Amino acid sequence: MTETAIEFVNVLKRYGSAVAVDKMSFSIAKGELVTFLGPSGCGKTTSLRLIAGLELPTEGQVKIAGRDVSRDPASERNVGMVFQSYALFPHMSVLDNVSYGPTIRGVPKAEARDRARAILDQVGLAGYEARLPSELSGGQQQRVAVARAIVQQPDVLLFDEPLSNVDAKLRRKVRAEIRELQQRFGLTAVYVTHDQEEALAVSDRIVVMKMGQIAQIGTPAELYEQPASSFVADFIGDANLIEGKVSSGTFHAAHLALPVRAADGIVTATIRPERIRLAKGGIATIRSASYLGSRMEYVVQDENLEFLVSRPISEPRLTAGDSVDLQIDPADLVLVR
Amino acid sequence: MPRSGRCRSNRQRIPVGRFSLTSDRAGLAWLGLLAAALGLVPWYKGNNLFAGPAASALTEALAGRGWLWPMIAVTSALSIAALTRGWQRSNLALGLTLGAFALLIWQGFAVGLRGPSADWVGSAFPRAADGQTGLGWGGFLAGIALTGLLSDLFAARGFCRGERFPAFCITAIVALLTLFVFFPILRLGIAAFVDPTGALALGTFWARISAPDLWGVACFAGAGRCGVVVNTVVLGVLSASFATALGLALALLVNRTDFRMKRALRAISILPIITPPFVVGVAIILLFGRTGLVTSFVADLMDVRPTRWIYGLPGILIAQVLAFAPVTFLVLLSTLEAINPTLEEASRTLGARSMTTFRKITWPLLRPGLAAAFLLAFIESLADFGNPIVLGGGYEVLSVKIFFAVVGARYDLGNAATLAMILLALTLIAFWLQMRWMGKKSYVTVTGKSDAGLTAPLPPILKIAVFAVVLPWVLFTLAVYIIIAAGGFVTDIGRWDLTPTLSHLVTAFRFEIAENGLQLYGSAWDSMITTLWVAGLAAPLTTLVGILTAWLVARQDFAGRRAFEFGTMLSFAVPGTVVGVSYVAAFNVPPVDITGTAAILIICFVFRNMPVGMRAGLAALAQIDKSMEEASQTMGAGGATTLRRVVLPLIRPAVFTALVYSFVTAMTAVSAVIFLVSARHNMATAYIMGRVEAGEYALAIAYSAVLMIVMIGCVALIQLAVGTRRLGRRQELQGRPAADPAE
Repeated sequence: MTETAIEFVNVLKRYGSAVAVDKMSFSIAKGELVTFLGPSGCGKTTSLRLIAGLELPTEGQVKIAGRDVSRDPASERNVGMVFQSYALFPHMSVLDNVSYGPTIRGVPKAEARDRARAILDQVGLAGYEARLPSELSGGQQQRVAVARAIVQQPDVLLFDEPLSNVDAKLRRKVRAEIRELQQRFGLTAVYVTHDQEEALAVSDRIVVMKMGQIAQIGTPAELYEQPASSFVADFIGDANLIEGKVSSGTFHAAHLALPVRAADGIVTATIRPERIRLAKGGIATIRSASYLGSRMEYVVQDENLEFLVSRPISEPRLTAGDSVDLQIDPADLVLVR
Repeated sequence: MPRSGRCRSNRQRIPVGRFSLTSDRAGLAWLGLLAAALGLVPWYKGNNLFAGPAASALTEALAGRGWLWPMIAVTSALSIAALTRGWQRSNLALGLTLGAFALLIWQGFAVGLRGPSADWVGSAFPRAADGQTGLGWGGFLAGIALTGLLSDLFAARGFCRGERFPAFCITAIVALLTLFVFFPILRLGIAAFVDPTGALALGTFWARISAPDLWGVACFAGAGRCGVVVNTVVLGVLSASFATALGLALALLVNRTDFRMKRALRAISILPIITPPFVVGVAIILLFGRTGLVTSFVADLMDVRPTRWIYGLPGILIAQVLAFAPVTFLVLLSTLEAINPTLEEASRTLGARSMTTFRKITWPLLRPGLAAAFLLAFIESLADFGNPIVLGGGYEVLSVKIFFAVVGARYDLGNAATLAMILLALTLIAFWLQMRWMGKKSYVTVTGKSDAGLTAPLPPILKIAVFAVVLPWVLFTLAVYIIIAAGGFVTDIGRWDLTPTLSHLVTAFRFEIAENGLQLYGSAWDSMITTLWVAGLAAPLTTLVGILTAWLVARQDFAGRRAFEFGTMLSFAVPGTVVGVSYVAAFNVPPVDITGTAAILIICFVFRNMPVGMRAGLAALAQIDKSMEEASQTMGAGGATTLRRVVLPLIRPAVFTALVYSFVTAMTAVSAVIFLVSARHNMATAYIMGRVEAGEYALAIAYSAVLMIVMIGCVALIQLAVGTRRLGRRQELQGRPAADPAE
């Protein structure tokens, strides 16, 4: 078992009567990048701020590097944080911004500056030391923010939606940079986003959150392929959710009858759009067909069920009104209760 | 560069143990200060006959002042509790600290100057019969130490997210507000209900509060005088109405016409803020008094007998409208500027003519601003002391009556307290109305988008009306300030004797440079030097408390934040006269006996003007992204460091505003200080008032002119010191600067 960097033990955060984080427990291993993912208001940013010490838990314990820091303010924890707005100090030069932390923690000024220069060099900003943040581009500002957060060798590096202010075109590049830096320095990182694609791309593991609670924790592949609930299935990628019931080893919904291995009862079956195949001629009808460049997306009506189906562009095109037959491999069904 | 090398060179981890040690140390330091305050520092002020001079609480207690023992005992218990690990989170430590605090307060009130305050205290501690004087350094240090300790225990329990600095600031400010704002008011309230012997006297209170000279309305029937409360309210309503009308005219002129001299107008409107009190009243007397310049001129011209019409309601009204119009002007100007011009353009495109647009669109949008301006002027009029005392004649208002009840020959604190309570109630009602108005969702729309469109010009009829109102005001203001500028430097401007002379200045500010150095002979030097000292000390302190409070309110999320904010604003609402009397009631006797010192003047200014610094700070902080401070925290900076290195550099303009305002107000304030000045610590305004009462108008004017010049000089100095390098662009302050270089 690897060393635990961060641990939440029954952490509860209440604002007045509203519960933002509801008895959360999990742990993050050293060197891991874990993403908090969820819709707005699910408590993911609050959880991040609880790690940073910008919020203190109402109940429960927050541990960093094995030490209970639940009552320690942010200034007494060893964390680095990259803010959504970057939060660079506009009245300080890039070098002063980056050497701020070491100076505050008592490193002699000259040494603090040397460290800052070295880190700036690492993030590719050598030569920009004397600039004011206002004289940098958005991407450069973000790299200053990252440099500032990692210059003190933090126990954990926190990212609060770091890409929300980055140009859509640049996001892919920046998130790869972040991932590369995190792995190069071997940092433990916690990343908050509401963008599931971003989460799948950067994370070792993802914590999917819903209303202050953990919906599921797992690797990107686990979450996509084995969602624990219809919420997770729906939130991570697209999913068809079919409500039905299982009786003696068969899943029934409308006229569908698929063999499954599950106990009897009412369930929701989830299936990914690309796992459904279509064949011409059948009782289902294509309601709409959309050309998306890399694939075709169809909405198919089968009795009272509606399916989203995604097919490679290489297959023969179908158009709205066509009669089709839905082909589902029972192995692709994931049943959730 | 290979990764391993970099990391090894940086691997100076923060020692984990250090933090817990620091947090222990802070609590222990406060505890140490507390022990020193009780055991080493003189407990009482000045000398006392009991245990000899400069005796600590411990010595005093050993010498027989037994009522000090409980406090000392609890402190000792606390010190023992502090030996255990994690004591700061224990309930025992909190209970003992609160107990020590309560006992500190109790020992102060249990025994008065002349003996025990209750019989059982007297029988329990026989030597209480000798009484005790006010607290000295020991007492105050103990209070500070307990406040610090309490804040440390709160922080350990997660108050202010565990940050010690903001926790301390909040606790300290609450303690200070309690001591210097609420306690005096409470004391004053009590004074209204007791007779001089200290017994409850509801009958006396009822007799005072129902007196016909308070509530009489005979003047409306045309027979005799009205009561002082009625007078005050009538004056307030009239003054606020006229000031609001004038302010509106000025605001419309600046915002809605192509009038050229807008800058000059703004400059003129600042004048009343730096004008010392009384001097406008004096100028009005010199113009319109029985032998005034205008009066004599009109009398000669029309062949009528000059009268004393200016003394009374007309005179006060003129002076107040002149003084408050700038305030209403600024309020209404910001309201006008906030109206989105597209609304008026929409009305015009829908076919409404300019007058209709003004009536149906602009006016309704202005109404909240008008109400706010009116109530502001009303509150100022209630609190005004300088104008009524000079121009009042037989027209009595509350503030002046309160003054004479305390300072006059008939010293009657009970009566003054009753009147002060009425004045306070009136003010609080107006304040409450204002909060309600402000609290309501205003329809004014500031979208932050660039306002496409131009403001609609005024309809012609309104334009004429505006000029008709503003022009006389400009002429009048000019006349008053010409008198002020020239009056001090000519023989007698009242009789139009314009021979230039420096004799008034010499009387006030004569000095010689002799062998033994600079010798100051002028009669005004003492008050001038005191004023500069007091204002110079009060201004930075006021700014500090004000900006700190703003930062706490804007940035710290703590239980009771709304009450905290409301409390600070309330301290601003209390009229100066009421503050003055309440300080007399509260601080003339032990345990906090500080009247007659310069400290009480400074304290009075700090807590009266602090809300202005707070407002400036709040406005500036609203422009700055909170995450910059959070970034600083995550990098290891505590609250104090973040404030100094990140927040203050970004809100420098607000700091400047707060400094200038508090300095200027301290130089020109009169209503509260007039109760607090002493022979040793006289203030410029009190000196000027003395000259006015003695009829030495020229001297008063000369001094006022010098005061204004000094103020302008000091403001320039402050500007130089604080610097006005602005980071004003909103976008830049948000922590995510624009791509192009600003400045």
